[in-house]
Amino acid sequence: MKYYINEISKDGVIAVDDTILVKGTPATAGSKMLENFTPLFSAEAVERLEKAGYGISGKTNVGEFGLDLLGETSYFGEVKDGENLAGAAAELVKKGEVKAALSVDLNGSPRRAAAVSGVDFIKPTYGTVSRYGIISCAASGEQVGVTAKNAEDVKEILSVIAGHDSKDGTSLPEDKYEYSVDENVSGMKIALVKELYDSASDEVKAKIDAYAENLKKQGAVVETVSLDVVSEAQTAWCILMSAETCNNISRFDGVKYGYRTPEYKNIDELYVKSRTEAFCFLTKATLIYGSDVLSKGKYEACYDKSLRIRRVVMDKVKEVLSSYDALLTPASSKMDYKSYEVLESFDKVFEESVFTAVASITGLPAMVTKGVQLVSDSFKESVLLSIAHSVEKEEA
Amino acid sequence: MKYELVIGLETHVELSTDSKLFCSCGGHSSPKEPNDCVCPACSGMPGMLPVTNKHAIELAVKAGFMLNCKINQYTTFDKKSYYYPDLPCAYQITQWFHPVCVDGSVEIGDRKIGIKQIHVEEDAGKLVHDDATNTSFVDFNRTSVPLIEIVSRPDFRSSDEVIAYLKKLKSSLQFAGISECEEGAMRCDVNISVRPEGSDELGVRSEIKNMSSLSEIKDAIEFEKVRHVDAIERHTEMLVQETRRWDDVKRRTFPMRNKETAADYRYFPDPNLMPIIIDDEWLAEIKASMPATADEKGKIYEEMGIAAKEAAVLASDRKLCDVFDAVVADGRNAKTVASWILTECMGIMKRLELDSLDIAPEKLSRIIELVESGEITRAAGKKILSAVFEKDVDVDSFCEENGLNAKVDEGMIVSIVEKVIAENDKAVADYKSGKTKAMQSLFGLIMRELKGTGDPAMIRKLLEEKLNA
Repeated sequence: MKYYINEISKDGVIAVDDTILVKGTPATAGSKMLENFTPLFSAEAVERLEKAGYGISGKTNVGEFGLDLLGETSYFGEVKDGENLAGAAAELVKKGEVKAALSVDLNGSPRRAAAVSGVDFIKPTYGTVSRYGIISCAASGEQVGVTAKNAEDVKEILSVIAGHDSKDGTSLPEDKYEYSVDENVSGMKIALVKELYDSASDEVKAKIDAYAENLKKQGAVVETVSLDVVSEAQTAWCILMSAETCNNISRFDGVKYGYRTPEYKNIDELYVKSRTEAFCFLTKATLIYGSDVLSKGKYEACYDKSLRIRRVVMDKVKEVLSSYDALLTPASSKMDYKSYEVLESFDKVFEESVFTAVASITGLPAMVTKGVQLVSDSFKESVLLSIAHSVEKEEA
Repeated sequence: MKYELVIGLETHVELSTDSKLFCSCGGHSSPKEPNDCVCPACSGMPGMLPVTNKHAIELAVKAGFMLNCKINQYTTFDKKSYYYPDLPCAYQITQWFHPVCVDGSVEIGDRKIGIKQIHVEEDAGKLVHDDATNTSFVDFNRTSVPLIEIVSRPDFRSSDEVIAYLKKLKSSLQFAGISECEEGAMRCDVNISVRPEGSDELGVRSEIKNMSSLSEIKDAIEFEKVRHVDAIERHTEMLVQETRRWDDVKRRTFPMRNKETAADYRYFPDPNLMPIIIDDEWLAEIKASMPATADEKGKIYEEMGIAAKEAAVLASDRKLCDVFDAVVADGRNAKTVASWILTECMGIMKRLELDSLDIAPEKLSRIIELVESGEITRAAGKKILSAVFEKDVDVDSFCEENGLNAKVDEGMIVSIVEKVIAENDKAVADYKSGKTKAMQSLFGLIMRELKGTGDPAMIRKLLEEKLNA
């Protein structure tokens, strides 16, 4: 598989997804559209890491705009038929080539990748890490997260990148966040989400069971809880994510930078041909879907309603989290993914997003560890890190 | 049958902010070279996020106060999507769901024009077409410059009302420091329909887009009125709801290509920008910073003893007010200052074809002080004023260099008067035979000898005495 779209330094310890800008290095977001686009500035998260002395190793391969399952739609990907899919960043971390990687979690792709590769990934609370300098798609839910081998490394890198940034209007006011991996897990209450557990494969169920057993051994209480909004969250996030992506990606029109079709008779042809030739099927499907849900006749019933569903989902999850410290759910339906028919991509991504959508649409922090997902209340990353850390210590 | 016009206006005004609406590029005082004032944000590069310029919101709220609007203390920015090369992100950030100001009104004479809403939005860039090479160029300098759009209700019944409204809007906006309203910085979309007088129903509407000249707006309205009435009475054409543009060369409107207008803009709230909450404290702060309106200012000037008509002229132009206020504050008499500005300054502005009064108030004040104290003549004062306008000279040194402040002693004046009388027998004879006009030419000759110094009234009196002696 292809790990890097562009390498920067052999000495670098942090890999950065190609949806995140590093000044002077092309940022393609896995798309033919941006093959020759070189940004004039670095993402805030990258700036902070470099300032703290962490070198960047290179730009990791991602699916086009980060919309897919595991990077399979990348224009630069070289996925072979029958090959098992895996995320480039997660694999680099797993192989020990880098200490950690930054990814944009837009529709669960990096969480899924961490689960499949058996590494840790955290998507922190929305607004705690600046989105300045990422190739933005779904502004209301996307978040920069950290992949690393264990919770301690995740914590180390997250501490560097989190904190207020005046260049991002959605950045929360706190200047700095203190994270811990040492909160006492004994006595914590964990809610195992029934609907998501039931939707997963036996292999994943077994992982969840093992994880729950381990937590119990450490004195935590694990109870099965019903959260009857997961499919609403899945549909609503698909609508919001597609609409916002459609709007944000409109700027890639072949006029200012990026790919332009070699032959066109007028401006309309320039737009249509450039975009048709440069975007993959999944991107096009997302754009058409997103454009449709924003159209005059459907806005109320689709987009506006999804904004309301976001609040309902948030209320329901908060209700559960008022009596539990974290949710325990699968991060993916299975542990291995094969390449599939291109025309199925939109449906495949939608199906899988049921496991990741709750944290995406609410902006709550989510962590993938040992192939399972933990979700906590806002700003309770330390709960997630501590749970992950205690299980990792136990199994070490 | 008699018909009446029903007109509503959407007026776009550029706000006087130091920077653009969502980035730190310079605002309305835009540069001259194309794409001089552009950053990754306002040119639509990925990775940049918008950060709202609070000053733009304040100016919009001020406009709301001015037009008696209700201020929405919860206001949002929304995205409007369409593809055009001058729109780098392929969306415009505007206010669709919760505009900052709603439900206001403005009085034009004895008519009240309703204001539906005022919203803040970013401007688009500029396309330049070169027919010779069949190429289009894009200039992003104007991209993301903050605008307000003032949407009126369809309350206008004549082109005169429209023009009066726009003039009032312009002076009020300038007054409150909301907009400079420079040439082209105020643009209108005119929605117009025609119906039988007394009818409550609305006729088929046409919208004339993007007009900035008042005379063109008036002409376009009059043209549309005739076109609509002809269509109704004589069936010259089938009226359809459409967007049209004014062609100033052909002196008529033309329909715009349907494609440009039949878009679905797919509005939705911008997730990158949190709703803006204008709390009571902020609202009070903005209110406290409101200057007097043109109407209020005019009344204040009347109370200072200035005639209503002159007060209105002064109050109609912010620059005139600024200079007037400063000179009066410097201790000069209000009526005298008004006369200097309205007669002398505006006379010179007309001669030099200047649109605005750009003069240092302290210079005008000094000139008036010299004239009033009798140190120089009014004629000398005018001369200095001209020089100030033309070369921005220093009043006192110009006075000295040109001998304008020389105290002329009476003895010298007497001798010059006598000299002129002695040298102009014919004029003197004419005067004595009853041609009183002849005195004016003698007076002129004396003033020339005196190079404009000396008190004209005194000289005239002296000359009269000598001639009648």
